[in-house]
Amino acid sequence: MSEQHIKLPEGSIEKTTTTLNLGPTHPATHGVFQNILELDGERIVSAEQTVGYIHRAFEKIAERRPLYQITPLTDRLNYCSSPINNIGWHLTCEKLLGVKTPKRVDYLRIIIMELARISDHLICNSIVGVDAGAYTGFLYVMQYRELIYEIYEEICGSRLTTNMGRIGGFERNFNDIAFQKIEKFLKEYPAVLQEFENLFTRNRIFMDRTIDVGPISAERALNYGFTGPNLRAAGVDYDVRVHSPYSSYEEFQFDVPVGTTGDCYDRYLVRNQEMWQSLGIIEQALRKVLEFKGAEAEIYHADVPEYYLPPKEDVYTKMEALIWHFKIIMGEINMPAGEVYQSVEGGNGELGFYLISDGGRAPYRLHFRRPCFIYYQAFEELTKGAMLSDAIIVMSSLNLIAGEMDA
Amino acid sequence: MPLTNDIIQQKLTEKFREQITDFTEPYGMLTFSAPKELNLKVLNFLFDSLDLKFRFLTDICAVHYPEQKGKELAVVYHIHNLEDNVRIRFKIFTDINQPDVYTATGLYSAANWMEREAYDFYGINFIGHPNLKRIMNVDEMDYFPLRKEYPLEDQTRTDKDDEMFGRGGAKGFGNERTDDGTMIEADKNAGEQII
Repeated sequence: MSEQHIKLPEGSIEKTTTTLNLGPTHPATHGVFQNILELDGERIVSAEQTVGYIHRAFEKIAERRPLYQITPLTDRLNYCSSPINNIGWHLTCEKLLGVKTPKRVDYLRIIIMELARISDHLICNSIVGVDAGAYTGFLYVMQYRELIYEIYEEICGSRLTTNMGRIGGFERNFNDIAFQKIEKFLKEYPAVLQEFENLFTRNRIFMDRTIDVGPISAERALNYGFTGPNLRAAGVDYDVRVHSPYSSYEEFQFDVPVGTTGDCYDRYLVRNQEMWQSLGIIEQALRKVLEFKGAEAEIYHADVPEYYLPPKEDVYTKMEALIWHFKIIMGEINMPAGEVYQSVEGGNGELGFYLISDGGRAPYRLHFRRPCFIYYQAFEELTKGAMLSDAIIVMSSLNLIAGEMDA
Repeated sequence: MPLTNDIIQQKLTEKFREQITDFTEPYGMLTFSAPKELNLKVLNFLFDSLDLKFRFLTDICAVHYPEQKGKELAVVYHIHNLEDNVRIRFKIFTDINQPDVYTATGLYSAANWMEREAYDFYGINFIGHPNLKRIMNVDEMDYFPLRKEYPLEDQTRTDKDDEMFGRGGAKGFGNERTDDGTMIEADKNAGEQII
């Protein structure tokens, strides 16, 4: 291991390492994490992670709720990219119920999911910069996260915890302002991302702080269950969007960027490249959406009266709509029995939903596969022998989100 | 030749004979179960076999079925073959009075926290696990909260009665409503007896 940094008097029997509680609420941990570090001088001898400070028992709560009431719970998993969680959950329900969504819905969903991916990655990468001492990039890209949130606002009315969409599609069609804002984002963001890259990618200090910090081999990463950008940075081209396409991803052209060493710098590069790819996907999807004309351009949900709320005018005037409205809101609709696993490529890895239904109104069991809960285990291996300041960077470059970890 | 569910089923049957049971394919994913003593043997075979190569552990979770006597708790493994891109689901069942299951941490480092989570919520005792203690809940907790005998809300409350939201009305726990509409209040100390 490391050499001895603190010299003690000879014959001393004192403990030679220092215990440091990093967290649970430390400004550098970006969330409620606790790391109990054993330090030899400034080198980390061992790290023990404690999680669960914001555990809210979502899996238990979900066993009492009808499907549509579970969507707000998924918001609070990875709250940097809530729409991906929402849509992943809707896809799980649709798989169980056998609902086929119209193409336009798929494309609209892809636009939203890729916007969410960009907002997730830009926060993660700029936070890595902040932890390395470069604050400018963070403030600069934050403006564009704001623009993404404005797009969410146009579509569903809320910003951070979006509760976006319904089983079968969206609650309303995208309005013109939403499309204008998406186009504005597509026009302005590439220059910003380019400038962000210019600030960091060949920055001497940034490179020194991230290259060879927290590396992991492809084999170890797979064994640790890494997914998403962290696995791709180690050199494995596994992407759920390519391997198990959902929401018509198979119709889109994009590259899967990979790294080689799996260190913080590679993770940063992979995320940046993914943002460029996401911009390309949004452009393709937007072109496909704008091709729909006339009545087709008004389609924004599948025809599933059992799960999709009828329009409010109909509820007041039509008997059947009133009945469906009541049944949906009270959660009195039984779903088919069965078990289903559906995963989506979340902001930080494969977000999976394992749903067991016994034919009742609520899931018998719902389990979330939360990517960062799984790869936070590797933190000790990644930081052993590293400096204390490296531990902070490793933590932010893994894109750990406390809400997702603790579920 | 692409790896299909039929081939996997055939290989498993060749190796373990009739010990692997309950082959089903819900929504296209091959699902099967084995006796709990065999879980490591099956996982190892799936990992090592050059035809199968199921080397990526996607998920471990536990499920509680109070109705199935002697097989109350299930441990569900989702395993992925990344080369051929096939997923399978493997289940083992265990008695709730002796929920001992061999750990998969020797095979997958990722299993460590997933098994701790299953222990924390369902009390499955993973034999050989390096650090089997609670992960989400406080260490002092002395029950396993996701088991079905623990209803979502405090059933001893008498100020609310709403079956839809998990309070009262149901049989067996909490306030019970008899057929003529009178309420029998729950034993306030019932919670302590369960623990």
